[in-house]
Amino acid sequence: MTRITVREAISQALWEEMERDSKVFILGEEVGMWGGTYAVTKGFYDHFGPDRVRDTPIAEAAIIGAAIGASMTGCRPVAELMTINFAFSAMDHIVNEAAKLRYMFGGQFTLPLVIRTVGGGGRQLGATHSHTPDAIFAHFPGLKVVAPGTPEDAKGLLKSAIRSDDPILFIEHATLYQVRGEVPEGDYTTPIGKSKIQRSGSDVTIITYSKMLDVSIKAADDLAKEGIEIEIVDLRTLRPLDMQPVFESFKRTNRAVIVEEGWKSFGVGSEVATRLYEEAFDYIDAPIQRVAQKEVPLPYNRALEQLALPQVSDVVKAVKEVL
Amino acid sequence: MEKQEYLDLYYQMVLIRRVEEQAAQLYQQGKIGGFLHLYIGQEAVSTGLLSARRPEDRVITAYRDHGVAINCGIPAKHVMAELLGKVTGISKGRGGSMHMADVEKNFWGGHAIVGAHLPIAAGLALGDVYLKNPGITICMFGDGATNIGYFHEALNLSKVWNLPVLWVCENNKYGMGTSVERASAVIEIRQKAEGYGIPNSRAEGMDVLATRTAALKAMEFVRAGHGPFLLEYATYRYRGHSMGDPERYRQAEEIKKWQETDPIGIFHKYLLEQKITEKADMDAVDQRVADEVLEAVNFAESSPNPAPESLFNNIYAEP
Repeated sequence: MTRITVREAISQALWEEMERDSKVFILGEEVGMWGGTYAVTKGFYDHFGPDRVRDTPIAEAAIIGAAIGASMTGCRPVAELMTINFAFSAMDHIVNEAAKLRYMFGGQFTLPLVIRTVGGGGRQLGATHSHTPDAIFAHFPGLKVVAPGTPEDAKGLLKSAIRSDDPILFIEHATLYQVRGEVPEGDYTTPIGKSKIQRSGSDVTIITYSKMLDVSIKAADDLAKEGIEIEIVDLRTLRPLDMQPVFESFKRTNRAVIVEEGWKSFGVGSEVATRLYEEAFDYIDAPIQRVAQKEVPLPYNRALEQLALPQVSDVVKAVKEVL
Repeated sequence: MEKQEYLDLYYQMVLIRRVEEQAAQLYQQGKIGGFLHLYIGQEAVSTGLLSARRPEDRVITAYRDHGVAINCGIPAKHVMAELLGKVTGISKGRGGSMHMADVEKNFWGGHAIVGAHLPIAAGLALGDVYLKNPGITICMFGDGATNIGYFHEALNLSKVWNLPVLWVCENNKYGMGTSVERASAVIEIRQKAEGYGIPNSRAEGMDVLATRTAALKAMEFVRAGHGPFLLEYATYRYRGHSMGDPERYRQAEEIKKWQETDPIGIFHKYLLEQKITEKADMDAVDQRVADEVLEAVNFAESSPNPAPESLFNNIYAEP
C-alpha cells in the first residue's frame, strides 16, 4: 500500500490507462497546456502530446458531443467537464444522447466514454459554481454515475470506467482532491455498481458517498467517543445503485441516516430511504433520517455557505434522532 | 455515368417516394405511431449527395431520415419494419421513424434533437482522424438546426481541429412552420460557415444531377484534407413538417410552384429527352419499386413485435 491524495489517484489512473491503451485520449477545457484546472492532468500534454490531450474551446456540448461521436468509432475518450455546473450546457448530450443512443439503435454499437467532472460546494464560488446535482444524472437509465470518496476508490473506479464499454459520468469532489489515503500498489480496478462498507459498527447505518463519506467518518469518530458505533455504507456508484450492502447493514442496525451534499428534495436520500421502506420495512426501528444541503442556492459568504452545507454536527444530531 | 447509374438514381428517388407514400397511409391507419416526417420533395438531395459517397464515409442525419436510410442501402423492408415497430426493423423497433441506423452501412442515425447530432458528427470525424481511418463524415441537417448553439459549437470545433466533415444543410425553407426569413439572421445558410472560415457553396436541391455534382466537388475538398466544408442545398418538402401539420404557414401556390420542379418528374423527363434511357426502362424501375414496397409492407406486417422479455436489452453493454 502507498499513501496518496485523491488528485494523485485520479491522475495515476488516467496516466496508466493512457499508457495501457492507445485508444484512450483526453479532451476538455484546459486539460492540456494548462494541466487541468485542478492539476489532474499536469504533465500529460508534454508526455502524450496534443493529439491525446486535446484542449477544446469552451463549448461543453461540443466536448461531450465529440466524445460521444469518437466513442462510436471505437476510441475511448475521457472528456473532462471543468465542473459539473457546466454539465448543464451539455445536458442534452449527456442524458439524451450518451444515455440513449445504444438502446435506441437496437444495441448496434457501444459508447465507451467517460465524462470526468467535479462537483460540490464549500469553496465560496457562489450558487452557479457549487452544485451537487448528482441525483439528476442518476435519474437516467443508460448512464452510469460514479462518485468515489477515497483515493483507493477514485483510482480503481476510474480505471474500471475507462475500460468499460458504457458511458459513465465520473463525479469528483472539489474539496476531496487533497484528501490522502492508502491505495494498493500496481494495477487494480474497483468494480462499478458495488457499494462498500467503509466502517463497521452495530448501532446505526449511515449511507453516504463522495465528500459526505469524509464528513460521516468524522461524525462516526465523534460518536464513538460516546460509545455509539456507526456502520458506514459508501454507495460509490449511484447508477446502477447497489442496495445489497445497505440492506445487510440495515437489517443488523435497524436504524439509518442518509447523508448527501445535494438538496434533500428528490435526492439520493429520497431514493435510498424509499428502497429501505419498500424492501426492509419490517426491520425499521426508527424513522429514517436524511441529512442534506439546505434548500437555497448556495451563498458566497463563507458562514452562510457552511450553514447551508451538511456538517459533522448535523450528522451527529441525525444519528441521535434515530437512536 | 453509365445508363445503369442514371437508372439507379431514379430508382432510389422513386423508392423513397413510394415507401413514404405507403408509410403515410399506414400512419393514417394507425399502424405507425409517434411522429412521421416525410422526405417527399427532397429526394434529390440525399440521393445525389450519397451517390457521391464511398463506403468508408460515415453518414449521420436528423429525424427526416427514411430517405437517407434507403440511400445508405438499408432495404425498404427494414425501414418499413422499423416504422411499424417490429423486431425486424433496422433499430429492432426501439427507434421508430426518427431513429434509424445501420452501422454496417456506415449510417450512424437519424437523430431527433434538432442540431444535437452535429457535435456527434464532429466526434465521428475526430475518431476517424485519431484512428487514422480513411473516410469522411457527411452530416446532414435542416435550415432550422443552424439557429441552435450546437451548430455553431460543432462548426467551430470542426474548423479548429481541421476535421474531415462535410456539413450538408438541406434548406427546405421552413423549420417546422417558421420560415427561414423569420428564424435566421441570414437567408443563405452557407453564409454562416463564413464566420468560421469554412469554405462553402450553395447548390440547387431539386435536380439530382446537380446535387450529385455539388457533392462530388465538396467531398473532393474534404477528402483532400482541407478540413470541413459546408454545402447548402435549396430544396423543398411537399408534405407537412410531420403528419398532422395544418400547414397554415404557407400557401398552396408555393407548393404548386415547387412541384413544377419535382425531383422525380424532372429527372424522368430529362432521361427521356436526353435519350439516356427509354420509357420501358423507367417503367421497369417503377414496377420493381412497386413490388419492393409491397414486399416491404408484407414483411413489416408479418414480422413479430419485440418480445416483452427483451425490454431491457441493450441499455448497457455491460451489467
